[in-house]
Amino acid sequence: MKPAPFAYLRPSTLDEALTALAGEQGAKVLAGGQSLVPLLSMRLAAPAMLIDINALPDLGSVQVDESGVRIGALARHAEVLASSEAAEVQPLLAMALSHVAHPTIRNRGTTVGSIVHADAAAEMPMVLRLLEGSVDVASVRGRRTIPAAELFAGPLESTLAHDELAVGAFFPALAAGAGVGFQEIARRHGDYALVGVAAHVQLDGDAVASARIGFVSVSDVPVVVDVTDAVQDTAGDPAAAALAELDPADDIHATAAYRAHLVKVLVPKVLAAATDHARERARQRMDS
Amino acid sequence: MTTKLFGTKVARVEDQRFLRGQGRYVDDLLTDDPRLLHSAVLRSPHAHARILDIDVSDVLDLEGVVAVWTWDDLTGPMAEPLPLLIPHPALTHGRTQYALARDEVNYVGEAIAFVVAVDRYVAEDAVSRIRVDYEYLEPVVGIPAARAAQRTVHDDVPDNVGARMTQENGDARAAIADAPHTITLELDIERSACTPMEGRGTVARWDPDTSRLTVWSSTQTSTGVRGCVAAKLGLDLAKVDVITPDVGGGFGVKINHPWPEELLVPLAAMTLGRPVKFTEDRREHFISSAHERAQQHHVEVGFDDDGRLLGLNVEFWHDHGAYTPYGLIVPIITSTQLLGPYKPLNYRVSFESLYTNTVIVTPYRGAGRPQGCFVMERTMDAIAAYLGKDRTEVRSTNFIQPDEFPYEHGLIFQDGRELTYDSGDYPASLAKLKELVGWDEFEDFRAEMASQGRRVGIGLACYVEGTGVGPYEGAHVHIETSGKVKVATGLTTQGQGHQTAFAQIVADTLGVRFENVEITTGDTRKMPYAVGTFASRAAVMSGSAIHLAALRAKEKALRIAAEALEAAEDDLEIKDGVVSVKGTDASIDLGTVAVLSNPLRYAFDEASKAATQFSVGDPGKPPVDEDDEPGLEGKDFYSPERSTFANGMHAVIVETDPDTAEITILKYAVVHDCGHLINPMIVEGQIHGGVAQGVGGALYERMAYDESGQLLNASFMDFLMPYVTEVPTTIDIDHLETPSPLNPLGIKGAGEAGVIPSAAVFAAAIEDAEGFPITAMPISPSELFDLRLAHAPEATPTAAAAPAPTGT
Amino acid sequence: MTSQTEELHDVRLHVNGTVHEVRVPARRLLSDALRHDLGLTGTHVGCEHGVCGACTILVDGSPMRACLMFAVSAVDAEITTVEGLTESDGSAQGRLSPVQQGFSDCHGLQCGFCTPGFLTTITAGLRDNPDPTEEEAREMIAGNLCRCTGYQNIVKSVLRAAEIERERGESA
Repeated sequence: MKPAPFAYLRPSTLDEALTALAGEQGAKVLAGGQSLVPLLSMRLAAPAMLIDINALPDLGSVQVDESGVRIGALARHAEVLASSEAAEVQPLLAMALSHVAHPTIRNRGTTVGSIVHADAAAEMPMVLRLLEGSVDVASVRGRRTIPAAELFAGPLESTLAHDELAVGAFFPALAAGAGVGFQEIARRHGDYALVGVAAHVQLDGDAVASARIGFVSVSDVPVVVDVTDAVQDTAGDPAAAALAELDPADDIHATAAYRAHLVKVLVPKVLAAATDHARERARQRMDS
Repeated sequence: MTTKLFGTKVARVEDQRFLRGQGRYVDDLLTDDPRLLHSAVLRSPHAHARILDIDVSDVLDLEGVVAVWTWDDLTGPMAEPLPLLIPHPALTHGRTQYALARDEVNYVGEAIAFVVAVDRYVAEDAVSRIRVDYEYLEPVVGIPAARAAQRTVHDDVPDNVGARMTQENGDARAAIADAPHTITLELDIERSACTPMEGRGTVARWDPDTSRLTVWSSTQTSTGVRGCVAAKLGLDLAKVDVITPDVGGGFGVKINHPWPEELLVPLAAMTLGRPVKFTEDRREHFISSAHERAQQHHVEVGFDDDGRLLGLNVEFWHDHGAYTPYGLIVPIITSTQLLGPYKPLNYRVSFESLYTNTVIVTPYRGAGRPQGCFVMERTMDAIAAYLGKDRTEVRSTNFIQPDEFPYEHGLIFQDGRELTYDSGDYPASLAKLKELVGWDEFEDFRAEMASQGRRVGIGLACYVEGTGVGPYEGAHVHIETSGKVKVATGLTTQGQGHQTAFAQIVADTLGVRFENVEITTGDTRKMPYAVGTFASRAAVMSGSAIHLAALRAKEKALRIAAEALEAAEDDLEIKDGVVSVKGTDASIDLGTVAVLSNPLRYAFDEASKAATQFSVGDPGKPPVDEDDEPGLEGKDFYSPERSTFANGMHAVIVETDPDTAEITILKYAVVHDCGHLINPMIVEGQIHGGVAQGVGGALYERMAYDESGQLLNASFMDFLMPYVTEVPTTIDIDHLETPSPLNPLGIKGAGEAGVIPSAAVFAAAIEDAEGFPITAMPISPSELFDLRLAHAPEATPTAAAAPAPTGT
Repeated sequence: MTSQTEELHDVRLHVNGTVHEVRVPARRLLSDALRHDLGLTGTHVGCEHGVCGACTILVDGSPMRACLMFAVSAVDAEITTVEGLTESDGSAQGRLSPVQQGFSDCHGLQCGFCTPGFLTTITAGLRDNPDPTEEEAREMIAGNLCRCTGYQNIVKSVLRAAEIERERGESA
């Protein structure tokens, strides 16, 4: 299990990195490498060139303001998780990040890298979609912002062009009157989830104005389902509504039926948690 | 014997080097030798195929590649199939693979070509450039396919059956026919594997100056590897040294030998005149090292109103993979050890050992016992459910009683000897276990949990384990003139703390300081006669041999000291390395005794002057007596008549989540009887590890083959070895010490014990929680969910489980 | 077919307070560079896909998988391996660190293969949380695999290490 040979570049400026990326069709970007390096070692991927962005300046920050959390391409999961300001402004970040692999992996792996890896079994791509965040990309052609809804093209495939580098991600702040929840079930602690569920609930007074649920490991691409109608309808079944949009599959760890069952188990719990969270935040707001 | 260190928790001496990063595992060796070459193996991507052509033309001009071998390049014994290590008359169709596949591959991972290069990276580049033309053949995957035999693994084994074997004591079928009650059960266990943290590895160096080959291998038997290397490479045994360095876990997989690389690496080293290394990677370990466990069982049992076993008839099918290098050891162990602590009046067992196009099967910690224990304990639970009796009561009814030892089962065990238990006290063990786990209080706990909407269950399982199988082990004890004691025994060490436990024995037996004793294992230069480490035998076999060898050294020390001190041997004692006349100041240290033991012509230091020819000796006698030897040494071998039988009982309380079907361990209790404990700390460590491995085997780990024979989970991502988060937070252990009468220390083996009852005990507890039968292990939440659906109409959690008796 | 010569990179690695210069191809895993190029074989390789944790080292004080990094990418980092954990006490060997001593006291290891990864992980863990509860001790080691010990005594070792750290702090 050793990687095939590749050319290696460790640019010190973003321009240098983007030029190299534009100039080599077979180039891959190396940030944390926690997903990429195993693929290389197993020779499931053999890029002609790795562009190591770890020496680029100004990409490691976690910037928090009242609009949300802006995460640089080199910010490690652990750094995002450790930011109490980020957790304050967008609590779902910490809720989900604590489920991303093990702490040692989080020390190296980057949140932005995980997002553009576009794995539907990973937490952060789904979280970005649920929160309707975005990714900033740069190329020699210029910069653009890709909304999360337009980011995922297919299994393990993002809509970044070959010459584009994701330089940051933006997670909007949790609005007043909103709450979030997260729960997942994995075979072993730290494994990819058999099913992961996150919920975002927006209250209007005490009523649910909108309820959206994001799912891990029950679809090919990171998926979010709006279950507002099912929640507002007292006879509604949000889990059933969600399952209509999902495509759970069999694998060696669980059957599709079991995954669907877990969706039914988790959705009400996580929705309730998110609703409680929203109410709790509303109460704290009134207190303060 | 004095028991100063024996039986105490002495801290391990080996830990110092391991904790400082100074252990020397096989991949650590020769790293500073610029001549060292590395290797990689092309392995079959197909489960079953004929090899039509191998084209290596793209390989040799790759910079850094030194050589490549295919079967065509092998000559003499190397071109013959690998040895069938343990032949058996019932193994009528034994087959072994070639070091490199000749014209057919029979599992994904079978070695086809061997590349040597300047580093492993280049060697892997080269492997990826070898082109093989295959004719794809339909594979046989799984026991049902092997039994159906619509396709065969080997053309000359038309029904896929490598062996059929039956043993019987009494007339089980007649007894069942006449019994008041009968039950039939179908019980399955899936494949798993040892998966030590360090895979296999071999380094070899040929020394042209001395014409000697040195092989370092991560093996459980250095003498076994040595014999195979010499035979296959056509070398005199005296030209081959095999050294087992630090080994990063074995658990059975490293007892099989020679692995293809254990021959190819030495061959390459000799051919190329440079040292060569092979280090197996994790994926290779999954697809080319051995697996175990897969068996399907059909049980018929007849019993009376008390649950007494009148007749037990077990038929089972053992999946031995593509080849049978290790013979029938695993199914023979299942067939004999499933009896556990019980005495059925009539017993019949028969099995078929079947070929499949999957990785070979050789013993994995427990070695057939987990399956046997699963079969017997599931049967006991089924009888209890059928009769509405407490599960411990049915077991008690069938226990061999303490006054019935030695107990003869009338069967032949895995070592070719009578299956005769030497000692044990099963009723006492059960009483301890019930106390430890709170068996009698469990219904209150169940009710309390039920009131909170929680679902719990309790299970227990008992086993007896034949340990310390022969044929023999030996030891050499050398007291140097410094007073330091150097001890060699030939079997190998994979983390069991032999350097500590054996030194405890030597310190006590000889009367020397523990820190002056140094133990060497697994080095054929120091002890060429040895068997290996398997079957929980190291403490029993080498421990006993070391004790005997130390006694011989002591005997000689006392004789020489008696002469020097002009005292009777009976009046002497040895303490802290000093021989003294009891009750006097007269003494001589063992180092000086060692000096005196070796009459010298030439002095080499101050101390040795005392042994030169004008200083010592009776001029009227030869300096070394006719029946004596120079030097203060002792050598002896221990070869028992038969195995000694350890036993134990486990109980577990589990919680099953009513919604998610997740299984949580609330309490795990172990009562263990391995005779006298040399080092209780080490024994408990072995039990902890065994229990964790058992948790893995029962709830997490399996080999997931698809229909085409591809192993779908050949990584630690998908083969779910437990982390700390998956094992019980505490393991309550109680010991019973029923000494073995078969060896001088009264000890029994402990290495495998912890893993044996896991499948049985978890199945029992989950069944108890859920109220429907658990007949196949391992079990995942997804599978438990499926079972709940299947049993939905009557699935209410009740205390009394009902294991699908098709009863009469 | 002739392959082109693989480009080599001059890499300066800072390991256990010493600077090492090595020439390696870009694909050389940091674990291999430490073991084979620097001869620091205390860091072990158990899976090479980041799951087992045997190769865990400290990179600028944080535990990371050496098998999931390339040597060329580790140039700016201060690396600590198991060989760098012992404390200098004037002896040639040095004194076992509290974590190492805790493992020795509690029989926290058997074959020793996974041990270096646990030692580095716990060293960092206790720096962040010097007085862990048993539950926190378990969380601290939850990303490392051991096949021998069943983890029971490793958890005890973590707690014992914290105790030793305190004892040494008081006596210093």
